[in-house]
Amino acid sequence: MRSQNAAKRLDVAAPTPSPPSQAQPAKLSVAGLTVTFPVDGTHRTVLEAIDFECHEGELVCLLGPSGCGKSTLLNVIGGFLKPTQGQVLIDGAPVTGPDPRRIFVFQERGVFPWLTVEGNIGFGIQHLPAEERRQRVAHYVEMVGLRGFERAYPAELSGGMKQRLEVARALAVGPDMLYLDESFGALDYITRHNLRRELLHLWATERKTILFVTHDIDESVQLANRVVVMAARPGRIQRVVDIDLPYPRDISSARYLRYRDELLEELGLAHQR
Amino acid sequence: MGASRKTLETLLLPALTGGVLLAVWHAAVVLTKTHIFPSPWQVLLGIQELADQGRLVPYVLDSLNRVLTGYLLAVAVGLPGGLVLGLHAPAAHVAAPVIQLLRPISPLAWIPVSIILFGIANTATIFLIFLASLFPITLATMDAVRNVPAIYLRSGQNFGLGRYALLRRIILPAALPHALTGLRLSFGIAWLVVVAAEMIGVDSGLGYLIIDARNAGKRYDLVVAGILLVGGIGLSLDLLMRWLERARALRWAYQRDP
Repeated sequence: MRSQNAAKRLDVAAPTPSPPSQAQPAKLSVAGLTVTFPVDGTHRTVLEAIDFECHEGELVCLLGPSGCGKSTLLNVIGGFLKPTQGQVLIDGAPVTGPDPRRIFVFQERGVFPWLTVEGNIGFGIQHLPAEERRQRVAHYVEMVGLRGFERAYPAELSGGMKQRLEVARALAVGPDMLYLDESFGALDYITRHNLRRELLHLWATERKTILFVTHDIDESVQLANRVVVMAARPGRIQRVVDIDLPYPRDISSARYLRYRDELLEELGLAHQR
Repeated sequence: MGASRKTLETLLLPALTGGVLLAVWHAAVVLTKTHIFPSPWQVLLGIQELADQGRLVPYVLDSLNRVLTGYLLAVAVGLPGGLVLGLHAPAAHVAAPVIQLLRPISPLAWIPVSIILFGIANTATIFLIFLASLFPITLATMDAVRNVPAIYLRSGQNFGLGRYALLRRIILPAALPHALTGLRLSFGIAWLVVVAAEMIGVDSGLGYLIIDARNAGKRYDLVVAGILLVGGIGLSLDLLMRWLERARALRWAYQRDP
């Protein structure tokens, strides 16, 4: 099975990052993670015994219905929330809080409205010398297609542009991981589709490890190396599905549709009337 | 077409309203044959008389001076105070009952207290203006800080900002537009209070002019002149504050989504 997978990966089209080797140590390792919140005097278990690993350069989607705790899981991994039990290791070290090496991308609401496009992208790199900062800002303005809008404030941008701006702000600090929390969820279908394509392009050129939380099956099959399917009450991992398709993915190919059906089945949505 | 229409709506229409009001005022005075209430023209002559006596400009300046002194003192105390209360929930819990109790009290109720503290003097007037603006400034600043969206704070922490940098680079800019609106509204209150406060304890200023003109010879032309001056200057001050609010650093807060 493994050798077969490896053979299939050989014909993966550029610009796809080389597949992460299973032999190297995990970039991210979540072990025995449980989160409970006090609710009305009792403790509600939001996440129960979560175990999974993510390797350097992977794009992993956390997929599940709302209320399954996938955003909570991402918040724990991001260091914004302490787990009740278990731990999160990145490069072997436990996560103790938010860290500029790993940037969280919210829905487009996370951009700072009081700063221009340039100001936002340069936000995390104030410590750099002015000239280097200017070059980096210009580089990412170009990369996310915001040229001509450098002096614009977020209120003057469309939802898709704000989302790209937030991704650019995250990339500008040179993080090695990105966490995207339903980042494209508030956008229209076509914008979302384009942004996924752009994200894949950025992933291929910047070689980041990306965790992407979504409730959208198509999103997960289009983007992920692996999909971690979660179930609700209590939030837990139901199954991990490897998506062994070359990029860019043909969303009407038979294999794509098979993966899609498989995930529909996992979420209990297949063949419903 | 669009531009000329805008001029029509923003300049001509208010001018028209003003003209109609003056005409109605004048007609009412003529038709009722009143000898007590002045016509617009008599008021204008009254203002001229004040200017000739050398009272007009000094009175306006005295009033402005008192407002600015009291108001700026309130800003100096209220802005940092509101900031601390907004940042530090326990401090707000301690201060909240006191503020909630003092806030609904009309500043004029403090007149006897200010006289005990400062005597019949300029200081008493300034103290009243200070008190009147202090609570709205403090509360508006506190609310502005509290209402900074959590998502900005988390983003800031994610980019590695410490407590001080978070304050300077996230909380202050995000809270500024709200806080400035609070500052503008409190300035309006300060201007309301100066007129009342000048009716006791001082012998200059527009409030003094109004009460003195009535008490010394029932000069209602001067009373109305004083009232109109108060209104006109108050309007100018509000326009000035609105203009400051729209300064470049704050432009972002007032733009509509495309």
